Amino acid sequence: MSKNDVNFSKYINLSEDHGYVESLEAIQQNDAKEFVRVGIDTDNSLRAATFIQKDSSIIHCSKSIEGVEIKGISQALEQYEWLNDYLWKLIPHEKDEITKALSIKPDQGGYFIGIKKGVKALKPLQTCLHIAKEKFSQKVHNIVIAEEDSEIHIIAGCSTSDHLKSGLHIGVSEFYVKKGATLKYTMIHDWGEDVYVRPKTAVHIDEGGVFISNYISLKPVGSIVSNPVITLEKNATARINSIMVASKGTYMDMGSIVNLNGSGARAEIISRAIVAGGTIISRGHLIGKESGVKGHLECKGLILKDGLLHAIPELSGYTSGVEMSHEAAVGKIDKREIEYLMARGLNEEEAVSTIVRGFLNVEIDGLPKELAERIDEAVKETEKDMM
Amino acid sequence: MLIIEELKVEVGDKEILKNVNLHVPSGETHILFGPNGSGKTSLMMTIMGFSGYKVTRGKITFKGEDVTYMPIHERAKLGIGVLFQRPPTINGLSTRRMVEICAGKKNIDVDALSKKLRFDDFIERDVNHNLSGGEIKRSELLQLSAQQPDLLLLDEPESGVDLESISLLGESINTLLNRGLRRPSLCHNPITSSTPKSALVITHTGHILDYITADKGQVLYKGQLRCSQNAREILKWIREYGYEDCVECAL
Repeated sequence: MSKNDVNFSKYINLSEDHGYVESLEAIQQNDAKEFVRVGIDTDNSLRAATFIQKDSSIIHCSKSIEGVEIKGISQALEQYEWLNDYLWKLIPHEKDEITKALSIKPDQGGYFIGIKKGVKALKPLQTCLHIAKEKFSQKVHNIVIAEEDSEIHIIAGCSTSDHLKSGLHIGVSEFYVKKGATLKYTMIHDWGEDVYVRPKTAVHIDEGGVFISNYISLKPVGSIVSNPVITLEKNATARINSIMVASKGTYMDMGSIVNLNGSGARAEIISRAIVAGGTIISRGHLIGKESGVKGHLECKGLILKDGLLHAIPELSGYTSGVEMSHEAAVGKIDKREIEYLMARGLNEEEAVSTIVRGFLNVEIDGLPKELAERIDEAVKETEKDMM
Repeated sequence: MLIIEELKVEVGDKEILKNVNLHVPSGETHILFGPNGSGKTSLMMTIMGFSGYKVTRGKITFKGEDVTYMPIHERAKLGIGVLFQRPPTINGLSTRRMVEICAGKKNIDVDALSKKLRFDDFIERDVNHNLSGGEIKRSELLQLSAQQPDLLLLDEPESGVDLESISLLGESINTLLNRGLRRPSLCHNPITSSTPKSALVITHTGHILDYITADKGQVLYKGQLRCSQNAREILKWIREYGYEDCVECAL
């Protein structure tokens, strides 16, 4: 069986109830330590709202500002009849075997986040989906709706417990960015070495809306395949940054498909991939259907230890007024750069790690400072494994 | 400061330097002339220890230590610094961070230094990313000002610099070398010691000689140093008679 396929029979569908934790500060230390690695802060004052799901139990859900809704998806669907119109709308339930593995009516968790019209949340909102039970298959359905002219930054962390070897995560996410709204979505993955991950994400951005996505995965993951589909209407903007590191045993097939459907739509896909023994298939596909759209795709990869780095940048233009470009580069660290830094006093190892950190240093818009520091730490950790 | 004895260097099986003997005493600035392909840059790269320059004979001594086979960063730590002619771009690393790296443990004011070199507009830019010829030289000098080596290897400091900027460049080099009349006011530059530094300068045009004081000039020709006297005299000869005749004279 290739790393592309999921053997559903391998996994368990039931997990015990983990119990609700009233206050964020009261979360068990072990858990908190694991959440922190994926950007989840247990200091409530730093976040606009928090949603934490462990296996299939929502263990915490709270908010500290008005104008933002955060709830377990099942509860939200019961409470808001209208929300059913957003369910399976961007992603058909019958799409493939992965989507079909989820119930039509969400029954295993996931979240609903709604930002009311004109509300601009200054602090980020955080969500955490965590697998603690060995061989558990976590199946979540998430819906995010940013109403007209609203602004929100969501930090989404996904992780597994340290002891966990095998697990499956399937997440269907449907994001709606309404007219003039801005949704920043920073996703940090920290999975286990034999964890299979199948996110199915679709984003619809209305006129003048902005979607900024930052994806970071630095730790080994058994297999992850994710190809979000993003649709841009008139004058909408999408910026998609990914930072991926694949050490031995890791298989990643990642990359967005962006439909530039409305005149004035802009998209930029930037990825940085490091192969240190694993496999990364780094995709990106810009589809221009309307005159006056612009898109750029940049896929850069470094191979530090033999593996596979397969860059597949694609451009499809349907009319003469589209402007789309791409650049892809795969290679090793330039010796001249290492020696240049050595001539300034760094030893070889320090020089290599400075270059690698620079390579991964993609301008990530709106990344909280503490998160940037954690990424830096993670890069250092990764380097230790690589050297 | 720097003593090179009977140095023989190969680059990819080709002998580039045949028998180089050179002595740069403490506090002196020497100019290295020579036609294209004579091995000037190779000599500098060999002194710094870059890969690809294989020493097959001879010895390089710096501050009394045999550095012939020492790794690059140890030579840098010992006090050798290079101004590169075409340095590589390092993506994602800001020049500010690079200057801090160069300073090592020394405490420096990056903003004040970059302002002085008129590099403050570029300080947050990735190292050497989209810089003009003159900006690259200023970036290199900024890094060296933070590094404060005792021996400077300057590879064509004036190449690609417009005439107007050459005077600023010359002045900055003088400051870095602690030489000349245009000394910086001491209170603003606590890291500058007052003894002049040593330097080996490659120049094609000789323009830089209008700004820096050279103690000696030498001509590298066909892999050997062939002439050693006043730098301005050499330049005059080369301009008038070309390298070949200039070298003849010394024989």
